[in-house]
Amino acid sequence: MNRVSANPSAASSSGQPLLQVSDVAVHFGGIIALDGVSFDVKQGSILGLIGPNGAGKTTLFNCLSRLYIPNSGDIRFAGQSILSTAPHKIANTGIGRTFQNLALFATMSVLDNVMVGGHSQSSSDFLSNALRLPWVKTEEDGLADTAWDLIEYLDLMDEAYTPVADLPFGTQKRVELARALASKPKLLLLDEPAGGLNHDEVDGLGSLIKQIRDDRGITVLLVEHHMSLVMAVSDHVVAIDFGRKIGEGTPSEVQQNPEVIRAYLGTSD
Amino acid sequence: MVADVKMTSTGRRAIPENPALRLSIAGIRLPVWNKIWLILALLIAVVMPFLVEDFSVFQMTQALIFAMAILGLNLLTGFNGQFSLGHSAFFGIGAYTTAIMMGHYDIAFYWTVIPAGVVCLVAGFLFGLPALRLEGLYLALATFALATAMPQILKYNHFEEFTGGVQGIDLDKPKSPVAFMTDDQFLYFVVLLIAVFLFICAWNLVRGRTGRAMIAIRDNPIAAQTMGVNNAVYKSLTFGVSALYTGVAGSMSAIIIQFVAPDSFTFLLAVTFLVGLVVGGVASIPGAIFGGIFVLLIPNFSEWVADLTGRTDAKGLSWAVYGAFLILAVYVMPAGAAGFVRKLTAKLARGN
Repeated sequence: MNRVSANPSAASSSGQPLLQVSDVAVHFGGIIALDGVSFDVKQGSILGLIGPNGAGKTTLFNCLSRLYIPNSGDIRFAGQSILSTAPHKIANTGIGRTFQNLALFATMSVLDNVMVGGHSQSSSDFLSNALRLPWVKTEEDGLADTAWDLIEYLDLMDEAYTPVADLPFGTQKRVELARALASKPKLLLLDEPAGGLNHDEVDGLGSLIKQIRDDRGITVLLVEHHMSLVMAVSDHVVAIDFGRKIGEGTPSEVQQNPEVIRAYLGTSD
Repeated sequence: MVADVKMTSTGRRAIPENPALRLSIAGIRLPVWNKIWLILALLIAVVMPFLVEDFSVFQMTQALIFAMAILGLNLLTGFNGQFSLGHSAFFGIGAYTTAIMMGHYDIAFYWTVIPAGVVCLVAGFLFGLPALRLEGLYLALATFALATAMPQILKYNHFEEFTGGVQGIDLDKPKSPVAFMTDDQFLYFVVLLIAVFLFICAWNLVRGRTGRAMIAIRDNPIAAQTMGVNNAVYKSLTFGVSALYTGVAGSMSAIIIQFVAPDSFTFLLAVTFLVGLVVGGVASIPGAIFGGIFVLLIPNFSEWVADLTGRTDAKGLSWAVYGAFLILAVYVMPAGAAGFVRKLTAKLARGN
């Protein structure tokens, strides 16, 4: 049978993976945080990264957003190594992220936070801003337009002008998501998005993550403790422990992986 | 197949109005009030010099100059979160640039303001680069060193040919080319024009992409970087722009006082800016005007109060009175004068 792929996204998903993590190792002094971790993230997929506390998940995230530099190994995004990319240029290459313990701009309104998310999508400088040159207004309108779309998408309309510090935790998490989406990422890194959310909120989050992928074609790398969320939304799961990959596969495969079970439940012997 | 796809951009709900803009006092909305106050302030600024004597005009000019310098410090400290105890140095560099150009090269005063600003922009930017490695108290210390070093550098033998050493430089007072204005009135309007321009620029800067990035760095530098903000460039450029504002203020101060000397630019001046910043309102643009008026009037007022006692040591007493006023100001208006006004209007608007 000759199968002709009419869908361009299907073609790209069968080709090169969007993100390739190869043999990444990170040491902090004598402590080995990551010890040669490798996995691929396919274009358009949702990959769940699991592991007990201290397994190295956040360290890996910080390597992906270039806050840490791996001691060895390589990280390739869309075929290009990002290790020599400056941290502030990562957003420009198409990687957006949220933070485990929230990293919002506390004094700024929801709208302004989301508009900072569009920083990498805009270019006006000090002088043109100070003089408010005509094209600055155009750029501002564009940024605001994108921000309002996302504010509605994440159901933040009623809080748009509120300083984020005054918002409940769950709402702040949505603001972070909106801010990350404002940079129009191809890959979205979510660091424990379910942390601190109640049961209903976690369910809503699961469908939201899927929706973001389906509506916007954004590939998602999800680090999460909340096992039922990971298993419900992920196409593929990677499990790490003590800085090493201990299992990989579909959610059901990983759930039955003896190494993973041992890491989470401990051994009986 | 795919159900429940949310529509974006095409089918968006109307953008809600900012509830803060909907508030009103006496049936007039707050944005309208803001405009009324702005026009009133400008009207007073334009009419006042014709109603008061020349010395008061001179003092108003000084208040405007302080306001510009405080605005510069506010861009750096208030909006970008970088501490500076060294802005007296940039004020001094601006003043000396103008004084050297006017005193040694006979250049008309209006040609010296932009060079003074540019020299300070470069000086501030260059100082901002090593400052990138310093945070909070350590940056305060480094800028403090700059403030203490500046008078000594200006006194240095080998620069004496330019700086005039301890003697400083005397300047001629620019003459008013306008028939119906005295020299003081004329200079006041020059300073007012520059101040209005700089305040508009600061307002534009702060409300746009650059300002959001500056505030983002202050609130959360790592998140700002992750959003694509080049922290190093923004921080050092903010340092430069801040120094430019303060340097232009210094330049204008040299012109109106007609004299520069190293000991006018000591650490005490830097602290004066900081006092103006805090009393006026941190991260507030109109706050810089309140701050400028405070740092000009309160020392004079304190002296007047101290003199009332008729004691011979009234000079020392005036500082104590100044201190009392400062404590009172910070106690009554913890968010500065601008914050106080904001709170008061919000209270009035809600009707309680």
